[in-house]
Amino acid sequence: MSALLTVSDVHISYGKVEAVRGVSLDVADNEIVTIIGANGAGKTTLLNAIMGVFPLKGRTSFAGTDMAPLDIEDRVAAGLSLVPEHRELFGTMNVEDNLELGAFRISKATAAASLERVYTLFPRLKERRKQLAGTLSGGEQQMLAMGRALMGAPKLLMLDEPSLGLAPIIVADIFRIVGELRAAGVSVLLVEQNAQAALKIADRAYVMELGEFVLSGSAKEIASNSRVAASYLGFQHEGESAI
Amino acid sequence: MNTTILLFLLQDGITNGAVYALLGLALVLVFAVTRVILIPQGEFVTYGALSYAMLATGQVPGTVRLAVAMGFVAFALDLYAARKALHLRKIARSAALNIVFPIALFIATTRLAGPTTPIAVNIALALLIVAAIGVFLYRIAFQPIAHTSVLVLLIASVGCHLALQGLGLVFFGAEGLRGPALSKASVPAGPLVFTGQSLAVYGLTIAFIVGLWLFFGFTKMGKALRATAVNRLGARLVGIRTTLSGQIAFLLASVIGAISGILIVPITTLYYDTGFLIGLKGFIAAIIGGLVSYPLTAVAAILVGTVEAFSSFYASNFKEVIVFTLILPVLVLRSLAAPAVEEEKD
Repeated sequence: MSALLTVSDVHISYGKVEAVRGVSLDVADNEIVTIIGANGAGKTTLLNAIMGVFPLKGRTSFAGTDMAPLDIEDRVAAGLSLVPEHRELFGTMNVEDNLELGAFRISKATAAASLERVYTLFPRLKERRKQLAGTLSGGEQQMLAMGRALMGAPKLLMLDEPSLGLAPIIVADIFRIVGELRAAGVSVLLVEQNAQAALKIADRAYVMELGEFVLSGSAKEIASNSRVAASYLGFQHEGESAI
Repeated sequence: MNTTILLFLLQDGITNGAVYALLGLALVLVFAVTRVILIPQGEFVTYGALSYAMLATGQVPGTVRLAVAMGFVAFALDLYAARKALHLRKIARSAALNIVFPIALFIATTRLAGPTTPIAVNIALALLIVAAIGVFLYRIAFQPIAHTSVLVLLIASVGCHLALQGLGLVFFGAEGLRGPALSKASVPAGPLVFTGQSLAVYGLTIAFIVGLWLFFGFTKMGKALRATAVNRLGARLVGIRTTLSGQIAFLLASVIGAISGILIVPITTLYYDTGFLIGLKGFIAAIIGGLVSYPLTAVAAILVGTVEAFSSFYASNFKEVIVFTLILPVLVLRSLAAPAVEEEKD
């Protein structure tokens, strides 16, 4: 398998504070990779920097091309897509307009096919297509954010905390759909605090602590690692309130 | 007061109000997309009006040389910004817009300008010149600081206004100019007479409002501009270039400004600095519309125009005072009604 995304020895700083220190990772075609870790470990910062929202030091390449000279818009056109933590929807526009804008960089014919696919994945969005994005529930907004990202037919979808603040039943739904994306030929880089759910669908995982990767391996290995179990999975048996 | 005077004043007010509406809409549009409060809007009015008036007398206006000069600066900035990764296609696109287009415009203007040039050609030339200046102004003054606060953008905006006004004095001189009317027709209606010019004002205002509504509601680019206004990061994440959105917003604003100028220069004598005051009245309308609402801005502009017409009849010395005082109760009401605004993050 060839690497779709390669990140090597990346450092990201906010002024003098180094939030991410010397991180390397890769995502192959058709692979689901997750980064788990506690709040403030630097996961969101890392995803945003890979997308080009923040500057970073180090090498990043996507589908064989160096990403350094590319800005966010070029990376979107190359097939990289981010669903950010705060979703960043167009709140005063309706669901369909949001989705249509997700296909801003692709041709009209492809966009129509994408729209069908997104509506099949998220039937709820089809029901709400004339509703303003800002008036949707949290779960629906998350679906819309993912749908909008998928409209651009990305090769790699980066999801930042898709389960944040959602009811358990909706979280299960969203994770099921993330799992289905592989069948549609989309690779996923998933950042999650809900480690149990993330490890269940991922092929490989990285564990991030204080700006560094402390562990990496197949999702099975990570899930059975005693340290991970104690820090991230330990309280899962007491109930569903993972977050 | 009798009914005839009332009707006259109303007619006058609505004609002026229509022009303020155009300018107010342009201000709201530019603010929504770029967060720039476009003080130089008035200069677009003056440049459009006076370039048109000069072309009508057969002279080549200095604004076309300004467009060429600004194009070179814009191209240099594009080259500097892309210095790390020089893509031939990007540079070719930039050269076409910033070098080839203004030079072609310069050649066309110098060759076509003459005492017998048809009005339509003069209008087209004046519009193209101001459109070029508007797009380059965004590239040079605002794109490099697009991420900064509204206050910084406002300061840059005031700077642009002062610079363009000064250049206006150089290009057009201190004397006022008038341009030829678009149409000499006139339609009597009861005690009133609607000149072809005022009908053109109404027609174009309505056409622009409908056009903007169609553009923002139904086209991909229009929706992309709205999306940029609603959420800049979200827009970038779907691949919308916010710099392109900014350029389109400035393009629309400069064309709207120039059209307003061309519409009023046959009615009133314009000086190099008149545009500022006209722009400010559009700004009042935009403020009443909260810098977000297009319909409210249009209605407020008609109100501003009507109040101006009546106050120039009853207390012409205090005309401007009364018009600008309109803004006070609006600001007080808005500050009472709106919850405390957080410092913007962006």
